[in-house]
Amino acid sequence: MPPVLAGLDLYKSFGLIQALRGASVTLDVGEIVAVMGPSGSGKSTLLHCLAGILTPDFGEVTFGGRRIDLMSDRDRTELRRTDFGFVFQFGQLVPELPAVENIALPLLLAGQRRKAALAAANAWLPRLGLDGLGSRMPGELSGGEGQRVALARALVADPKVVFADEPTGALDSVAADQVLEYLVDAVRERGTSVLMVTHEARVAAYADRTVLVRDGLDAARVGTG
Amino acid sequence: MTVSYALLGLLEESARHGYDLKQSYDRRFSGAKPIRFGQVYRTLARLVRDGLVEVVAVEAGAGPDRKRYAITPEGVTDLDAWLGEPEEPQPQLQSVLFTKVVLALLSGRPADDFLDAQRVAHLAAMKELTTARRTAATRQEALLADYQLFHIEADLRWIDHTASRLATLAEEVRDASGPGRS
Repeated sequence: MPPVLAGLDLYKSFGLIQALRGASVTLDVGEIVAVMGPSGSGKSTLLHCLAGILTPDFGEVTFGGRRIDLMSDRDRTELRRTDFGFVFQFGQLVPELPAVENIALPLLLAGQRRKAALAAANAWLPRLGLDGLGSRMPGELSGGEGQRVALARALVADPKVVFADEPTGALDSVAADQVLEYLVDAVRERGTSVLMVTHEARVAAYADRTVLVRDGLDAARVGTG
Repeated sequence: MTVSYALLGLLEESARHGYDLKQSYDRRFSGAKPIRFGQVYRTLARLVRDGLVEVVAVEAGAGPDRKRYAITPEGVTDLDAWLGEPEEPQPQLQSVLFTKVVLALLSGRPADDFLDAQRVAHLAAMKELTTARRTAATRQEALLADYQLFHIEADLRWIDHTASRLATLAEEVRDASGPGRS
């Protein structure tokens, strides 16, 4: 089976800074890949290029056989909404909305009726250990609970790929393990692919495969299969 | 040392035969490498000699396995003291890694290649341990996997830290080894 997502020989510069210098990475269907590297190695830029948030200066990004890097902004925005889910390190929940409405956001934005969207969002609560927390506001959740709400929101529209940028970067190790356990279980169940950027080996250890990025190049691969 | 106290702790839980002690020890402490019968009996003999353990029953028949051992009040005091005493924090001294880096720098060989290979091996080990923890049958197994994970992670941090300073380190190591310095 061809990879669901592939970046080939990607280059990206910001002014004089070369963030990517010929990085390549593939993601198979249902595979969890960790992209690891020190700060400044270009790993977040790599994620942004693969997710169609940034356009590489050179190289190809293919998703399901389509070239993302050649798409119009509008098509890419649409693709990100329908096929991709995102989890970031901080500040991604809308503070004025209760947890369940935060989870339902992607469905509401896609035009689903409110009642159906909230029902789908509610169904995610027990899967991520969030029973009874649906009506809490983000400010009333612990860091780990907030990240699990963010994870539910990334998964609620049933994306093909979830992009996670330091998803546990702000959590202690116990809360981090919990988030990762739930993440792995949830995506395994649905066959969702995950591309996860992290500088922590403990986080990368949850992935099927680790790509090490150094100076904008992928350096080595770990744990294939 | 640790084995004696582990046996004392198991005997505090309940009096046991030597065979039973070995089984309990293996289940709780030894991970993949079981303790030998010989070591169990030698340790028990020493503990009995020191008055920390006593033989409370000898059943008919021959062999050490007929004896049933129990912890004495002195044994409990000793165990208490050991548990209350902090261990001297010792660096794990993965001295092989350290020696390889220094030798590579000294001889002008590519230390970064070695560190890269080592990083890959460490990451693979962490992946295996994470899987072991996720599938652990008991919390105690998971705890042991966590302990190992944190230690390997510490090595990895050292590897990354060293890798990012190799150029400076190479200069220092070579300067320090010059004929004019001892």
